Amino acid sequence: MTEAVLDPRFTLPVRTVEKATAEPRWVRLVLIGLALAFLGIFLFVPLAAVFYEALRKGVGVYWQAVIEPDALAAVRLTLLAAAISVPLNLVFGVAAAWAIAKFEFRGKNLLITLIDLPFSVSPVIAGLIFVLVFGLQGWFGEWLRDHDLKIIFAVPGIVLATIFVTFPFVARELIPLMQAQGTEEEEAAVVLGASGWQTLWRVTLPNVKWGLLYGVILSNARAMGEFGAVSVVSGHIRGLTNTLPLHVEILYNEYQFAAAFATASLLALLALVTLVLKVWVERRFAD
Amino acid sequence: MSLALRRHTVLPGFGIALGFTLLYLSLIVLIPLSATFLKTFSLTWEAFWTAVTAPRVLASYRLTFGASFLAAGINAVFGLLVAWVLVRYRFPGKRIVDAFVDLPFALPTAVAGIALAAVYSTNGWIGSLFAPYGIKIAFTPLGVLVALTFIGLPFVVRTVQPVLEDLEPELEEAAATLGASRLQTFAKIVFPTLLPALLTGFALAFARAIGEYGSVIFIAGNLPMVSEITPLLIITKLEQYDYAGATALAVVMLLISFTLLLIINLLQWWARRRRAAP
Repeated sequence: MTEAVLDPRFTLPVRTVEKATAEPRWVRLVLIGLALAFLGIFLFVPLAAVFYEALRKGVGVYWQAVIEPDALAAVRLTLLAAAISVPLNLVFGVAAAWAIAKFEFRGKNLLITLIDLPFSVSPVIAGLIFVLVFGLQGWFGEWLRDHDLKIIFAVPGIVLATIFVTFPFVARELIPLMQAQGTEEEEAAVVLGASGWQTLWRVTLPNVKWGLLYGVILSNARAMGEFGAVSVVSGHIRGLTNTLPLHVEILYNEYQFAAAFATASLLALLALVTLVLKVWVERRFAD
Repeated sequence: MSLALRRHTVLPGFGIALGFTLLYLSLIVLIPLSATFLKTFSLTWEAFWTAVTAPRVLASYRLTFGASFLAAGINAVFGLLVAWVLVRYRFPGKRIVDAFVDLPFALPTAVAGIALAAVYSTNGWIGSLFAPYGIKIAFTPLGVLVALTFIGLPFVVRTVQPVLEDLEPELEEAAATLGASRLQTFAKIVFPTLLPALLTGFALAFARAIGEYGSVIFIAGNLPMVSEITPLLIITKLEQYDYAGATALAVVMLLISFTLLLIINLLQWWARRRRAAP
């Protein structure tokens, strides 16, 4: 029997079945070639162009553009906006996922849809809504002016717009994950005498840590890279209300291409780090 | 069970978690968004209608929706191809290529915009290949199409990929043993299974494209009536302190986005049912 199985004449049919569900070699090569060509002209070539243009005038020009005071101020503001918006949306994501995944209540699906809403709003409109609320002609405009408070064309507006555009990231990662994990472990913890916070810290969060990290990575990338929404509320005041993407725009519009691409390359590096972290977390997830 | 108001549970924290969720959602999203709708009420119906149907505005809709539709179409075709190649074939560097598909999600739109403008301008790496034939890409409506294709690239790949991975080989084997050619098997077995995911990806790419701003404005040229997208027109009106006009346009775009969101939810529901039922 064993010999019969190993006999090539008997293994042949198996191989033909495999071939019947696979394309001929030339088709495979053509399809792979087409896919790579498409990704090449839309992804790889533009990404390479960022670094090429950034370094074209030499490392000296590159370094000058990166350590210029306005660029450093933009880096600081970008980090600040991300440092405020990401933790806030993280806390929100955990609270929303706790309520949605661990309890049953009416209107749950509507709530999930509403949480996703900022993803379907144009960034420009995300900025506009805060102008309508806090701008000079807006709801609180006069009150803010009388109390000498500035939100629009100032840092708080930038932070608010960033919070809005990154709003769903953590929640949408956590909700399905916590729903899939059910409530047994938390119930056991509570029955054994753990308080609600202890249950959250010691049972729930360790169980969802990779999903949490995934959401944080994505929302951080968006927070640091947001352009449209921030552009509407920023007022583009150099050194004060310019984030890195806005700084790129200003340099570009002033035809300082080498400096614009040098600053852009910092953001491109951030994107590459994001992709690497993303793959790493996905792999931990799979284990 | 979904009808029960609250299932009996020993877990604490429902009130505070839901309360905080609703408060935060209202403060950041719902109340500011409602401001756009309330603001348009300051306009009469005629003024609103004139604002959202002016010739320059209509031209911007044509470009925004036309280019977004075409870009989503390009992404549907090539996204399916990329997903197919990534799931079915082996080639060197496949994992890196797979990771790079998400680049448009991770790369700030302003960076994408200036990079695409540089590459597709008449003296850029790719634009210079087309220039001898009289085809200009950057600073024309074609440039808008390029930017929107870039922005929507991951959606179709990432919605089709998991469905393709889950596809059972038995179906294709059965088709092959019954005498179907590879192309017939794809057209009659594989493609109908992928269709809900493909349409979902198309709709997601389309929805993302119509609101896109950052990557487009650098490559579009932004000529009124020719290469000016609706989000840019909103900003232009804001800069002229025409708040009501800007808000009227925003409301039109929001209504379209919400309709698309509804369609996407229906498509996803269809896709889930397709996957659940054998």
